[in-house]
Amino acid sequence: MSANIDAISAVRRSYLAEVFVSLKSAVNDPEGLAIRDGLRSLGYAQVEAVRAGKYLRVTLDAESTDDAHSQVAAMCEQLLTNPVMESYHVALTPLSDH
Amino acid sequence: MRYGVIIFPGSNGDHDALKAVELGLGEEAVAIWHKETTVEGCDALLIPGGFSYGDYLRAGAIARFSPIMDAVTEFANAGGPVLGICNGFQILTEAQLLPGALLRNGSLSFVCDWINVRVESDRTPFTAELDPGTVLRLPIAHGQGRYFVTEDQLSELEANDQVVFRYADARGEVHDDHNPNASVGHIAGVCNERGNVVGLMPHPERAYDATIGGDEGLQLLGAVARQLTTAGTVRA
Repeated sequence: MSANIDAISAVRRSYLAEVFVSLKSAVNDPEGLAIRDGLRSLGYAQVEAVRAGKYLRVTLDAESTDDAHSQVAAMCEQLLTNPVMESYHVALTPLSDH
Repeated sequence: MRYGVIIFPGSNGDHDALKAVELGLGEEAVAIWHKETTVEGCDALLIPGGFSYGDYLRAGAIARFSPIMDAVTEFANAGGPVLGICNGFQILTEAQLLPGALLRNGSLSFVCDWINVRVESDRTPFTAELDPGTVLRLPIAHGQGRYFVTEDQLSELEANDQVVFRYADARGEVHDDHNPNASVGHIAGVCNERGNVVGLMPHPERAYDATIGGDEGLQLLGAVARQLTTAGTVRA
């Protein structure tokens, strides 16, 4: 029994979840447009579009990558993003074992 | 008749709301700190403007987790009249008591001005005394007031008579020059399906006396008291 507990606790580790939040593509993004125009006025005529957004780093403890992904997805749905206007994606990096 | 005014850390329209009720309407107003867990004894609730929790993450996003919000939700679900003003509107959308979301103004600038809104629906307790088409002159002060819903949701809101106010000129005509934040459909305020929860970006509580620029906000704030009194449902 104690061996099992050891096996489970051995796989628990910290993860860094990088959450990228942006306005949905259907939503007008005046901030992105203003930045795009700024870049163009600096001479970057090749810039086609800019979308502004938010970057959050969440460090969390999880049993597995799947567990970490589902925890962060729930956080995004409940607080980190507003699904009415925003979309997101998550990049997950395992940190040191506990 | 007793109005409850919910105060969050960062609210700044709370005293305007309390004074508008007390001085403008001659009714009773009580301040309710966000850590409290009951709105008992209140007949109507006002969620005032400001920058609750510094607008961290998104305007209104953190305030919805305040302890008082369970009681606000329960009150709203029981049919109690709730008016969210500016940041209060943002909080009610984040709490999903109202549809849609409020985004950064199209101009990217904070707008502080007197504008006109056209009343679109008289089915809420705050607009019940106003014929659709009535124009009210009210102040605005916000950086994130651009109302957003998808086109499908907009059609649904219009079909359900949930659009309560639109930005307009002094004659009640709606056009882009008089849309201060680029809101979808020129929308300045909406209600829930039942009609008892209303949110708007303009500040009726800052328009309660001619000496401060106008008193037309009292028509909204006062209507709910008269509605409840007529219906005999005033509890206080």
